[in-house]
Amino acid sequence: MKPVSILLAALAALAGATLSGAAAEKVKVGLIVTLSGPPAVLGGQVRDGFNLAVKTLGGKLGGLDADVIVVDDELKPDVAVTKVKELLERDKVNFVVGPVFSNILMAIHKPVVESNAFLISPNAGTSNFAGKQCNPNFFVTSYENDQVHEVLGKYAQDKGYKSAFLLAPNYQAGKDALAGFKRDFKGKIVDEVYTPLGQLDFSAELAKIAADKPEAVFTFMPGGMGVNLVKQYRQAGLASIPFLSAFTADESTLPAEKDDALGFLGGANWAPDMDNPQTKAFVRAYEAAYKSVPGTYAMQGYDTAMLIDSAIKGAGGKLSDKDALRAELKKANFTSLRGKFKFGVNNYPIQDFYLVKAAKRPDGKYETEIVERVFEDFVDHYAAECQMK
Amino acid sequence: MSLALLAVQTLNGLQLGILLFLIAAGLTLTFGVMNFVNLAHGVQYMVGAYLAAMFAALTGGFWSALALTLPAALAFGLALEVLIFRWLYDRDHLSQILATFGVILFLNQGVKTIWGAAPLSVPMPEALSGSITLMPGLLFPVYRLALIGVGLATALALYLLINHTRVGMLVRAGSTDAAMVSALGVDIRRLFMLVFGFGAMLAGFAGAMVAPILSVEPGMGDNLLILAFVVIVIGGIGSIRGAFLAALMVGLIDTLGRTFGPQLLRLALSPSAASQTGRALAPMLIYILMAAVLFERPAGLFPVKR
Amino acid sequence: MTARGQTPAIVLFAGLALFPLAARFGADAYLVTLGARILIFALAALSLDFLVGQGALVSFGHAAYLGIGAYSVVLASIAGIDDLLAQALIAIVAAALFAALTGYVSLRASGVYYIMSTLAFGQMLYFLFVSLSALGGDDGYTLSSRSRLIGKPLLESDFSFYYLCLAALALAYLVLARVAKSRFGRALNAVRQNPLRARALGFRPFPFQVAACVIAGAIAGVAGTLLANQSEFVAPAFMSWQRSGELLVMTILGGVGSLWGAILGAITYLTLEETLSLLTDQTHLLIGPLLVVVAIFGSRGLAGALAPKSSGRAA
Repeated sequence: MKPVSILLAALAALAGATLSGAAAEKVKVGLIVTLSGPPAVLGGQVRDGFNLAVKTLGGKLGGLDADVIVVDDELKPDVAVTKVKELLERDKVNFVVGPVFSNILMAIHKPVVESNAFLISPNAGTSNFAGKQCNPNFFVTSYENDQVHEVLGKYAQDKGYKSAFLLAPNYQAGKDALAGFKRDFKGKIVDEVYTPLGQLDFSAELAKIAADKPEAVFTFMPGGMGVNLVKQYRQAGLASIPFLSAFTADESTLPAEKDDALGFLGGANWAPDMDNPQTKAFVRAYEAAYKSVPGTYAMQGYDTAMLIDSAIKGAGGKLSDKDALRAELKKANFTSLRGKFKFGVNNYPIQDFYLVKAAKRPDGKYETEIVERVFEDFVDHYAAECQMK
Repeated sequence: MSLALLAVQTLNGLQLGILLFLIAAGLTLTFGVMNFVNLAHGVQYMVGAYLAAMFAALTGGFWSALALTLPAALAFGLALEVLIFRWLYDRDHLSQILATFGVILFLNQGVKTIWGAAPLSVPMPEALSGSITLMPGLLFPVYRLALIGVGLATALALYLLINHTRVGMLVRAGSTDAAMVSALGVDIRRLFMLVFGFGAMLAGFAGAMVAPILSVEPGMGDNLLILAFVVIVIGGIGSIRGAFLAALMVGLIDTLGRTFGPQLLRLALSPSAASQTGRALAPMLIYILMAAVLFERPAGLFPVKR
Repeated sequence: MTARGQTPAIVLFAGLALFPLAARFGADAYLVTLGARILIFALAALSLDFLVGQGALVSFGHAAYLGIGAYSVVLASIAGIDDLLAQALIAIVAAALFAALTGYVSLRASGVYYIMSTLAFGQMLYFLFVSLSALGGDDGYTLSSRSRLIGKPLLESDFSFYYLCLAALALAYLVLARVAKSRFGRALNAVRQNPLRARALGFRPFPFQVAACVIAGAIAGVAGTLLANQSEFVAPAFMSWQRSGELLVMTILGGVGSLWGAILGAITYLTLEETLSLLTDQTHLLIGPLLVVVAIFGSRGLAGALAPKSSGRAA
């Protein structure tokens, strides 16, 4: 009797284990963002926005248990390549979400799209992958880099500024930024200065601005670089020259810049005061969980998680069916915090863009607020060069 | 290219040079007196900045933070000396490199663990937070001028200390021949500890002074460390005077090269390429200078005669 | 060299040869990729050990040769040359040239001034490549595919790539071990032990030292071409001073002078980093103190601890 019962018990256990093993298929997401140095706050926002979405969905994406592996690329392309390969080969992730910075995107694009995983960028959207080098395995949930800067170029042109001083860090996104601004602004470019990525001391550049006396300054200086620039700009007494910027005076940098940034104008595809129910709910939940005001980075992280959720659901939970997943991702069948959202032919978003202003809330916290819409259903300029259907 | 712009950039270059001097001074003494390769000097600068940030958050003010940071940085340096470095004085440079490299790794990660990876800020002292008009439309922060002033004062104090006090004489003697000094009855271990601690305090002081104008973040000392080594090699290891002159040279070349280099290159290249090349040119100039100095004077400009 | 002196090296290479097969049974192809990367750094550390151990030339700019090798692959592929052997040849020539030119300047100085001089040249090369925006500058350059070997894409398989790296490492080891025992090696050692006496005996140290720099640089250049293929991505960060420092650490950890010790040092350092990263992402909190302990207590390095008799230098 005894051996038989033991055998039966063992078989039952084995069956149980196999069954639970089958039901426990997980979706693995590798989140690769910058979590060190001055831009750490940006990577932190993406991560927090993404994780908040997963938590809201009960720890699942598309009905499957979600395993989110967070990795720091240290803003070093060579480190990013090594770590993304670990995600692909060691951890065997189904999706790579990231990065924040464009130079990291350039480095990790090839290893990911040539592998079995999809690459979804919640922030970096370089022009080359929007055009000739578009790829069916690569999606962007933020924007194409030029677009945000065009908001300010158009604003400066419409406002009648005759001259502008341009300042950006010397990498792909910086170059895209100034190119985007110049597309709509037809005034005189007094100077176009590229600073090393990570430079924190702008005394030299500010001296040039004071010497050149432009009618406006346009800059793209994300993260800690922006914090220092804004503070030093005020300290140098240059605030009488309008400070137009993108990602320089936003929720990631305002807590450090405080009053120094008040009134500075920026461009964005969303702001925390946007008038729709999902934004209100998101901002409330985010502030409760992370004690800070979410910016576009967090918003895009959240939307990316929702996108993945909708795609897996649409494909019936079959992670191995890459073609189905790809088609579902392209459909973008989810409710974006921005209201409307759809992908263009190059897998970059088609959305609205707004002029925003840095402001102080009644409760003392800082945020950006929408002033007016500048572009509607804005398709980026490189989509025409993309050969995908 | 106006004269006023040149003047401002020169001041900026001097400020960088002074900062480099504060770091290099301790390094050249450690090296000269104890023949000890201290790669960890850069993290001592970083620790000074972090201590200042921590004390500022606790006390709310810059001056009290600075006052607390100095003894804390000294204590930290002495702790490192007692725990790790004093076991390595008799060893070859390779072991010293290995150990101090390990200290860099540990501390760079350690500050990240304790304070997080995002940069900290230290409030500017009220009294020095204004600006003076250097040229029409540009205000130069008083704080940066204060930095230059403090650095010059420190340099003078160091000079007097080294050349006109008994302790200074022992340090100079120790640089030339430590064994002889020991044989003459001086407690060489205590002298080493004194020199090391003082150097660490200087580096920490530099870190604290710089904290209000730069971000306090992990790894902030790494590139300055390399520049500091370049400075002491150009100046001559063991020589404070050499370190001072070399630091000013390096600071000026770096700043002026960074700003005016791209301008010159703009004649031939696109703005982005000019910036990239110009940015690479400035540090290359510094290393070319160092190689040239070593070629002519393999022991630096003011070598300490052994 | 006695058979006993060779034992540790034989054991080491046997282990390395069997490793991928073991990894296959463990069903983790990722380990083979990691293994190839470790072998490449072991090759670079080996060449540095020759320089430091036999020549007493502590180079803080050795990562520059990794960079030269890696960028040789980039430049060659832009020019349409994608054969690995041709690229390696270009790397060797470029590295030898750089070593000879910089050696001429650096060797005028001695002691820590020499160390700083090597650092200076390493940094100059680093900033040079940062400024070359055509090659990606700071952001690096992505290679479209791995190099070909005799016209065939043999390197695409991680398995065969691993064995190629192992072959290169074994070849380099044999060559360097031979050189260390040769007349040249013994003369170099004499210079290392007592330059004054060597001079008195009629040897001018300079040519021997430059030759040592060239040999070490060329081998590290080959390691660079393999590194470019391993990551299919090249960036100036490959030759940062931090990388040069890490190479020195691997060499010292393994025990300076034993050649096979450097290989072991590289394996240990990188495996430790990898293993610790699975437990925590704050690996340096553990590795840092470990290095300190090794520096204070382990004067002969791993080689000295494991096989004292065969860890000695050639003479």
